[in-house]
Amino acid sequence: MNNIRIRKKQTMKTLLIGLIMLVSLSSCNTDEAQTVATFDNLVLEDNFNNDGTIDTTIWNFDIGDGTAQGIPGWGNNELQYYTDRSDNATVENGFLLITAKQEEFNGAQYTSARLQTKNKFQQQYGRFEARIRLPYGQGMWPAFWLLGDDSDGSIWPQIGEIDIMENVGDEPIQIFGTVHGPGYSGAESVSKSYTLEGSRVDTEFHVYGIEWGPNYINYYIDDVLYNQITPEDIDEATNGQGEWVFNDRPFYIILNLAVGGNLPGPPNAETEFPQTMLVDYVRVYQQ
Amino acid sequence: MKKINYINKALVLLAVISVMFACERGLSDDVEFASFPTTGDIFTDAPVGLTDEFFVSFDPAGGANTQGFGTDDNVAFEGSSSIRIDVPAPNDPNGGFIGGIFLDRGTGRDLSGYDALTFWARASTTASIGLFGFGTDFVENKYSVGKSDTQLSTDWRKYTIPIPDASKLIQERGMFIFSAGTNSTNGFGFTFWIDELRFENLGTIAQSRPQIFGGQDISQQAFTDTTLPVTGLAQIFNLEDGSNTTIEPAAAYFDFESSNLDVAIVNEQGEISIIGEGTAVITAQLNGVLAEGSLEVTSIGSFQFAPVPTEDPASVVSLFSDAYTDIPVSRYNSFFEPFQTTLGGVVPVADQSIISYTDLNFVGIVFNDVIFPAEAVPPINATNLTTMHIDVNVQEAVQSGDRLLLELTNYGASETVGSYLINGSELVQDTWVSFDIPLSSFAGLTDMSRIGLLLFNSSDSSNNPTISNVFLDNIYFY
Repeated sequence: MNNIRIRKKQTMKTLLIGLIMLVSLSSCNTDEAQTVATFDNLVLEDNFNNDGTIDTTIWNFDIGDGTAQGIPGWGNNELQYYTDRSDNATVENGFLLITAKQEEFNGAQYTSARLQTKNKFQQQYGRFEARIRLPYGQGMWPAFWLLGDDSDGSIWPQIGEIDIMENVGDEPIQIFGTVHGPGYSGAESVSKSYTLEGSRVDTEFHVYGIEWGPNYINYYIDDVLYNQITPEDIDEATNGQGEWVFNDRPFYIILNLAVGGNLPGPPNAETEFPQTMLVDYVRVYQQ
Repeated sequence: MKKINYINKALVLLAVISVMFACERGLSDDVEFASFPTTGDIFTDAPVGLTDEFFVSFDPAGGANTQGFGTDDNVAFEGSSSIRIDVPAPNDPNGGFIGGIFLDRGTGRDLSGYDALTFWARASTTASIGLFGFGTDFVENKYSVGKSDTQLSTDWRKYTIPIPDASKLIQERGMFIFSAGTNSTNGFGFTFWIDELRFENLGTIAQSRPQIFGGQDISQQAFTDTTLPVTGLAQIFNLEDGSNTTIEPAAAYFDFESSNLDVAIVNEQGEISIIGEGTAVITAQLNGVLAEGSLEVTSIGSFQFAPVPTEDPASVVSLFSDAYTDIPVSRYNSFFEPFQTTLGGVVPVADQSIISYTDLNFVGIVFNDVIFPAEAVPPINATNLTTMHIDVNVQEAVQSGDRLLLELTNYGASETVGSYLINGSELVQDTWVSFDIPLSSFAGLTDMSRIGLLLFNSSDSSNNPTISNVFLDNIYFY
């Protein structure tokens, strides 16, 4: 989420064709030998059960339009100004509500919120999942994602980025999961989309998650495992140039709702405001 | 049909109750209310469960072409056959447009498990189809749904028409409706094909946004004992491809509400009855979602009609009166361009009607064969008539200098105009004033054999309009 890029859906397709070809050559391959989840030790849980209160022992707010962080438009020409006002982020009826509004605010035309757990909750490996109902409409760009800890002075993309779930609001039956690292960041990131059958992201809650261990990240939605990314996949996608950075450091969680930006494009006349992303829970498990 | 269903349910309930009384047993789990087939398919390679006529055309007397409908065994999206519709040119002797409905052959289907009507279609050229929909049975049309102006492509594409609230459709006979002309093809006929027509449960029809009054909050005055329609019914859905689509559901899908039942009530046909003085706000919900738009209606009491005319109908030539049979009139508002500002015309009030003009500067009642040839009607031969009657009710404060000039134009060998001036001092706000004006008082009206225009002009000598809002009634010659 935090750098200019264009989604590449084809990367994994190409990869899968490669994998299918491998099947005929070898009886054992990464596709068949997906690691089974064994993360059942719950270490973080926020069920958002305290109405009106966001638990600041877990969550930080990122404020502004990214200028203060040195990345105006949060690196993607996004249009919103993030605030910590209850207008943009609050807890109601057991849900975290992140609401994008159309309003003049500090030079921006939209406001929204971005919550993250930097220095409050960080973990290497595990199962990260959240149950979320997404907003809809052209220009909406909600995400549930992880960034690597940069306290050692490393900078993106060396720190790594795991996008557990992203969606653009004009595609209400499709989500995508992505990794960024050195040699495969921004437009060159490794990504795969998943299309729902007979269901949408904005009318129902779905569970979005990853199971992440040494040398693999499994992506799932509800009970469907739809992708696995391994160092071999990164090698394949980058002709050996990419570096697997997901065995290196703990990562922290980010939940946000961006408006506009390079990926979804700006809202149009049909986009309804306000739009809200509802999060029922965020849970993290260890082995 | 709905009544019959209720009767069925009532009979089942009675049977259940009698069992309870007779045996003092609880309700059996086996008791089920009468239900209707849930078949979703309408046309696959052949019609599914439709009447033998299959296609019931709009009335040919209204210009509908009944010749252009059929099936095509050479074209299909899936399988071996599709519906083929040849859209005629406007001047086709068999009818200038094509359209009609498909009816269920039984007593109706239970569509409550579906969320959309879907079909695949393509056309011989890119063309827009005026209407697709369902729920029209040519009887009640109670739960009709229409989608306007669907553009077809020359390749097969799938089209989706959402169901506004499927729980209403427990016994529906109107499976499909279409209407097509050549507005989008410059009058050139074309062909389109429909295949795999069915009701489906897509699970991706979402974000319902119903509207009444076009989504606007409007205010309006009304009179007690009159009715107003709820207009501008629409519903916007977001489809699985992320696009919005707008349909027009019938009023029966909405639950209307009046904030003041002593002032206004709304029935399920969306008809607002004004029953008392005061203000009421009309709102609506569709399937639990509040509709955008509302009407704040204020009743200022009963409408005071003009005195009922007493002239013998045999000696009257009427332009506008509920007391007499009016002669053909082409326009009650001339809409003369470009200088006329006057809006309004005939408005129904209770079971009668009046003429209401607003923004008046000048306006004509047109009844001749000269000004608008396409709307020609015979002018009046008034050579044996002596008097013109008119009732005038000014809807604003009458000020000094107000005037209303009446001009009659005769379309003889040359046009002649006679005029008669009503001064503001003769008029009273919110009160009917009757005038019986001798035709001889219309200065300049020498020939009366072809009178074809009555013009009202409120402009003063500096050409500034004086009276802007006026009601007129009972305009006749005798």
